[in-house]
Amino acid sequence: MTATEVLDRTEASTDRRVPSARQGRDRRKPLRPSSIIALVILAVLAALWLMPFAWAIVTSLKSEADAGATPVTWIPAGGFTLDAYTSVLSEGNIPQWAFNSVFTSAVITAIAVAISALAAYAFSRIDFAGKRVLFYVTIASIIVPPQMLIVPLFYQMLAFDMVDTYAGIILPQLIHPAIVFILKQFFDQVPIELEEAARVDGASRMRVFLQIVLPLSRPILAAVSIFIFVGAWNNFLWPFIVTNDASLMTLPVGLQTVQSAFGVQYAQDMASAVLAALPLIIVFLFFQRQIIKGFATTGFGGQ
Amino acid sequence: MTTTPQLNRAQGVGPNALTRRDGRVPNSARRRDTLHGWGFAAPFVIAFLLFLVWPIIYGFYLSLTGQSITGANSEVIGFANYAEAFADGDVWRSLGNTLWFTLLSTVPLVLVALILALLVNLGLPGQWLWRLAFFAPFLLASTVVSLFWIWMYNPQLGLINSVLGGSTAWLTDSNTAMISVVITTVWWTVGFNFLLYLAALQNIPEQQYEAASLDGAGKWRQLFSITIPQLAPTTIVIVILQVLASLKVFDQIYIMTGGGPGGATRPIVQYIYETGFTAYRLGYASAVAYVFFAIIVIASMVQVLVTSRRGAK
Repeated sequence: MTATEVLDRTEASTDRRVPSARQGRDRRKPLRPSSIIALVILAVLAALWLMPFAWAIVTSLKSEADAGATPVTWIPAGGFTLDAYTSVLSEGNIPQWAFNSVFTSAVITAIAVAISALAAYAFSRIDFAGKRVLFYVTIASIIVPPQMLIVPLFYQMLAFDMVDTYAGIILPQLIHPAIVFILKQFFDQVPIELEEAARVDGASRMRVFLQIVLPLSRPILAAVSIFIFVGAWNNFLWPFIVTNDASLMTLPVGLQTVQSAFGVQYAQDMASAVLAALPLIIVFLFFQRQIIKGFATTGFGGQ
Repeated sequence: MTTTPQLNRAQGVGPNALTRRDGRVPNSARRRDTLHGWGFAAPFVIAFLLFLVWPIIYGFYLSLTGQSITGANSEVIGFANYAEAFADGDVWRSLGNTLWFTLLSTVPLVLVALILALLVNLGLPGQWLWRLAFFAPFLLASTVVSLFWIWMYNPQLGLINSVLGGSTAWLTDSNTAMISVVITTVWWTVGFNFLLYLAALQNIPEQQYEAASLDGAGKWRQLFSITIPQLAPTTIVIVILQVLASLKVFDQIYIMTGGGPGGATRPIVQYIYETGFTAYRLGYASAVAYVFFAIIVIASMVQVLVTSRRGAK
């Protein structure tokens, strides 16, 4: 299955204005009894799935006394309060961690997409000596789990003096062989005539790549960018290993230290977790279609 | 240089802009292509060599030494670390935990994803909400997910015990720790598989259902004779991705249970981490990492064999 095919397929599946052609049911018609049963099941499952969010949000809006009180209640005796948020934001490192996460994820995404697209273009369009071997090595490396490299990579970073630096967080996250593969598949399907016309007119390869190929590839570039960004934003193991300095930690790594730092302050723990969850959830609320398409595309593409 | 511009429609191979009439590429063009090709690939290749190929080689070298953080015993000791790993009960135990986790998590992560996708694909009102509810957890960091669920599982104050009653210490009781982590994992990552199923469901040709209806097949019959078989290639993709992802589990277990109680949930990646970064036995940690790699390679090969035998596309 190719990336573009998936793109076209998910286009239909994620467009909520076209709910499901198969059912052919007009929305204004009353629901059949079987549909009502399905709807109830869906609603119960969705409620179950949203429960941990709801419980975390409610807890974060309680005072510490209410959060630690038994019996457990949804409505706190002392009323709702934003105390947990104000103390987490004023005392903790969360704003710094959020910045670190945004910065490192954005840089990783920009560089990874750029170098992957350049390599994919070379694999797709240029007949260079050694291409086959290089391509097979790249594909084979998809199998290597990053987790197995933590020890040698860490000592490599020590040697480069990059422990506790942004470079140390970013550099090992730049290689995405599966993304190179997905992009190559896409470039293979871009009609070559436009490029050839431009080449005959004397345009350099780089100009053809930047001005013709990249604009045509916007959907797939968006898809892989979303995939890489979310992966980097949520990555835990590598940033956890390469940072000890609290001011350089990313959100996931910093949050892990919050638990012990705040001890039994449940409302503050949940406020921190909710704050860390918020950015991507808000982005998702606005760009649900694009994000779902991005994941479906890269998911089928081999990662 | 006398060259004739000619369209070359073979994609991905061959020189594309300038080809001689006899179809052979002039040497100068070939050299230029090689220069361009490596030039375009260079940034990726450099990063690839530095941060993937080199650590793989260096890690293998380390695994043949007795290297520790102090730099003592850095001489090559051959395959002694591997011999030790095969005799190490903790390696076997964490491998066992990893495989158990993979089995326990993969089955519901495929089945629940399929059920959710089938339900959402009925086209009932509320599409936006269903997708949000089932997919949004996938966008959360492992730490956020773990904090949420540590709180859900809290024996005295957690939502789960307050609904179910009782005071089960979900994460610290060796009978429930693994299953608790699995439940959290299903909640967290089922959305991705759900998404892939949903995309595949939209792709089943409408005519098949129409033909089946004309033949008098009911909805359930259609589900089992059309939908499920049509989803088989997708199911294979999902199972492959899921098994490989589950074998690499670390984050949520490390954060929620610390691998405990008493190592009952510790996965192999955590054992590599602890050997390398708390016991500082670099050489030994690297050897265990290679054992882990071997298992990933074997799992991948088994899946490739199974897939090609089934003749799936």
